[in-house]
Amino acid sequence: MSNKVLHAVYDDDDTLLHAVKEVRAGHYHIEEVFTPFPVHGLDKAMGLEPTRIAILAFIYGCIGLTVAVLMMNFIMIEDWPQDIGGKPSFSYIENMPAFVPIMFEMTVFFAAHLMVITFYLRSKLWPFKEAENPIPATTDDKFLMEVAVGSDQKKLTALLKKTGAIDITVQEKQE
Amino acid sequence: MYTFSKKLKLFSFALMIFGAIGLTYGFLSAPSTVEEAKAMVADAHGAGHGDSHGETTHHEADAHHNEAGHDSSHDEHLLHQLQNKPWAALYVAALFFMMIALGALAFYAIQRAAQAGWSPVLYRVMEGVTGYLFPGTVIVFVLLVLSGLHLNHLFVWMDPEVVAHDELIQGKVGYLNVPFLLIRAVIYIAGWNLYRYLSRKYSLAQDAVKGISFHKKNFRISAGFLVFFIYTESMMSWDWIMSVDPHWFSTLFGWYVFASMFVSGITAIALITIYLKSKGYLEKVNDNHIHDLAKFMFAISVFWTYLWFSQFMLIWYSNIPEEVTYFVTRIEDYNLPFFGMLVMNFIFPLLILMNSDYKRVNWFVVMAGIVILLGHYVDVYNMIMPATVGDQWSFGVSEIGGLLFFTGLFIYVVFNTLTKAPLEASGDPFIGESERFVY
Repeated sequence: MSNKVLHAVYDDDDTLLHAVKEVRAGHYHIEEVFTPFPVHGLDKAMGLEPTRIAILAFIYGCIGLTVAVLMMNFIMIEDWPQDIGGKPSFSYIENMPAFVPIMFEMTVFFAAHLMVITFYLRSKLWPFKEAENPIPATTDDKFLMEVAVGSDQKKLTALLKKTGAIDITVQEKQE
Repeated sequence: MYTFSKKLKLFSFALMIFGAIGLTYGFLSAPSTVEEAKAMVADAHGAGHGDSHGETTHHEADAHHNEAGHDSSHDEHLLHQLQNKPWAALYVAALFFMMIALGALAFYAIQRAAQAGWSPVLYRVMEGVTGYLFPGTVIVFVLLVLSGLHLNHLFVWMDPEVVAHDELIQGKVGYLNVPFLLIRAVIYIAGWNLYRYLSRKYSLAQDAVKGISFHKKNFRISAGFLVFFIYTESMMSWDWIMSVDPHWFSTLFGWYVFASMFVSGITAIALITIYLKSKGYLEKVNDNHIHDLAKFMFAISVFWTYLWFSQFMLIWYSNIPEEVTYFVTRIEDYNLPFFGMLVMNFIFPLLILMNSDYKRVNWFVVMAGIVILLGHYVDVYNMIMPATVGDQWSFGVSEIGGLLFFTGLFIYVVFNTLTKAPLEASGDPFIGESERFVY
């Protein structure tokens, strides 16, 4: 088995989505698809596992909420209790309505930032990382599907042609 | 075409009959003299209902009576509260179901004005729900007229005796007087029903013609209606709900009431869609559409909580006596419904509907929907009851009767409207997009 892959370039997201379904129906292995923007339904068409980031988002939110509660309890109740508007800060629960905006904001803050960081780590993205997309046009207006060649290159090329690829090239994949 | 099944029709009639019996019983058992009222309360205490009556915060109207120097003002006030109880139960239920229809109408108008692509397969269901708008608004109007004729004391500012001793209400008489209230009510009701009539007409006409002329017309009147709606809805909430506490005011009350009716309307649309789907109708509706409705249920529940909390926190923090009394009454006398409503309207839908997959499980949506609808009934209950019956509230025969009667009427009117036209808005230019819609 060779490490050869075919790069099929498309210029329309609907054509691409249709092509992905056909290629998968032909039992070829799609290594990767590069698109300039998120294509709705592409993950399902490629048969990718559903994301688990939602579960993490919930956990991160809970951590943020906990941090906010502990933080406000320390700052406003334990460390420096004040009498604000005739509501002395002697108990967290009695002053809770005043802390709700902070609890909300910290929940959102933690969920959002930790999700982005998780996403970067999981996608192996970091500053100054070299781009992985084979042709720069996939950041502009072209879509690229990378398919493992397998046994019959001609047959695959014909199939990709049929699905509307505007350009097909053979590449040796470097590991 | 949908046919109204005999079983459902019978069910709706049964609800209406039981509800009417409950309401009648409530009206008949209301005390007519001060002695009877005192005896009823004494009985209740003897039976072990340990309300610490007399110590709790008095209703504002007490103050007026006391100022007026009425000797037995407290007893008379008690009589009024007990006489109000069946009226308030009727009014809360009537208002709640009218709000469902009005919220659904606003949702429908937004779909039209936004030229939404996902929802046209649901248009006929929405039009079915808004079919209740006309009977619903007329019933509320009749109740307002009856209040204006002094058949009950739901609105204390309608009582000239009270106004004579109350400078705050005197300052508001230019706005809060019975004729002007009824004129405003006629304007709101006429405007809403006119839009509902025209948009339904255009929607049906669009099925019969080629081109999109009626679709365009519907778009235009929907955009216009939304402008009219947000003003009249706000004023409606002051007139019909906030004015039961004539001293109290909140500037975001209109939004708060809107959030409540909006989520109730969307929930009603979702429940009826799932019901029709389970009976084999609406073959073009699939889990994607239910998913979107559930997303709205989730989002607007959170929106409602946001407004509820915004209103609560500012008033709680500033602690101005004439404002904060509103929440003091609710927390002291209505602790369970007040905080229970938060659990039903916020925590429950938040946890149940947060997961994306659960929004596609119909029985999850139904369960969340029923709790949301009951929660928003309690919300309306909390808006009306504290000012009208004070600490004499209970969830008894007349409240259940009111709820049953209007549930029955709502089911009857809505499903009857659904039989009037094909369940698919086949002429809508977006029907294809809606059919292929993936969330």
